[in-house]
Amino acid sequence: MTEIHLRKRLLIVEDIFHEGGPAVVTPHRRAAALAVIANPFAGRYVEDIAPFMKDLEPLGLDMAKRLVAALGGDPTGIEGYGKGAIVGGAGELEHGALWHVPGGYAMRGALGEAKAIVPSAKKVGGPGARLDVPITHINASYVRSHFDAMEIGVNDAPRADEILLALVMTTGARVHARVGGLKASEIQGKDGLR
Amino acid sequence: MNVRIRKLVTFVDETLMEAGRAVSPPVRRAAALAVIENPFAGRYEEDLTILVDAGAELGELLSRRAVAALGVAGEACQSYGKAALVGENGELEHAAALLHPRMGAPVRSTLGKGAALIPSSKKRGGIGAELDIPLGHKDAAFVRSHFDAMQVCVPDAPRADEIVVAVAVTTGGRPLPRVGGLRHEDAEGKDGLR
Repeated sequence: MTEIHLRKRLLIVEDIFHEGGPAVVTPHRRAAALAVIANPFAGRYVEDIAPFMKDLEPLGLDMAKRLVAALGGDPTGIEGYGKGAIVGGAGELEHGALWHVPGGYAMRGALGEAKAIVPSAKKVGGPGARLDVPITHINASYVRSHFDAMEIGVNDAPRADEILLALVMTTGARVHARVGGLKASEIQGKDGLR
Repeated sequence: MNVRIRKLVTFVDETLMEAGRAVSPPVRRAAALAVIENPFAGRYEEDLTILVDAGAELGELLSRRAVAALGVAGEACQSYGKAALVGENGELEHAAALLHPRMGAPVRSTLGKGAALIPSSKKRGGIGAELDIPLGHKDAAFVRSHFDAMQVCVPDAPRADEIVVAVAVTTGGRPLPRVGGLRHEDAEGKDGLR
């Protein structure tokens, strides 16, 4: 068991009314929960890093629950999600990959059954680095109206020996979605794709 | 509201550790931002009343959203600040019209008090420009532990004809203050300075 050293949290909530087109009555909402933690493997090569995934689960679940609360408190209102990580300069991209399993665990812990893979992005970066976290529909990856991304970052993180972890949720389609494709109302919801 | 809001964005950051030491209680800071259409973009207008009036309404809306995001009573907030970022087709004076004539009163009303000047910053910038919102103690500007700033960024704003307007509030000063000066506990809070 490796202890999680949490330096800071950042919660970002966007309420989007329009983007030059007709304004909507209920804003499209997206939110990101970010956590800056110490990288226990910074500065050296460690072969056996996988056990840290389990250690990250409680933090992930806490972040996912904060997101649901920030978006109104009703898990059934969440339609899109994504996750990401930025690893500080003394770490490896592989340390960011540790977030895949606990990030997905956290989403399903907060939202119940969500069939689609949680899309992700990761990179190595310095303090203030920005990451575009990809977003797709929680039950069917091919829902075209829900393909999106949310840019996130923390101005003083990640330091070299830190990892910035991100979870993102949205309440629906892009505000002026109109490029066709599979609609959320047409989902079969069996395979996580359509 | 006499100006059109495209989106609202809220940031809550919490610092739990600094320099490897626990920050207890964690310092929490919230910034509420509005991305508005600039009614004067692309032309010189002598009378900026529309933005002056919008400043009052945004002062109320954003201060309430920021305090709500912290989840504390307005009276419990310790420091504050405001800022505006004007898109490329606007003037710095448009930021001044929003921030200075009428924004302060509704912000102070939300916080219960606020004897001190609300520190501010403004600039013109492109899409995704970063804005540093200066922070100062709300009742005694000389409280040294509370001199701070909060960086915010809306990745898709301001477009050329937009303005990003921000109000920030906090539950405390810097994480590990130790450069002396007037302390929060010793502030009288009558003249706005000490």
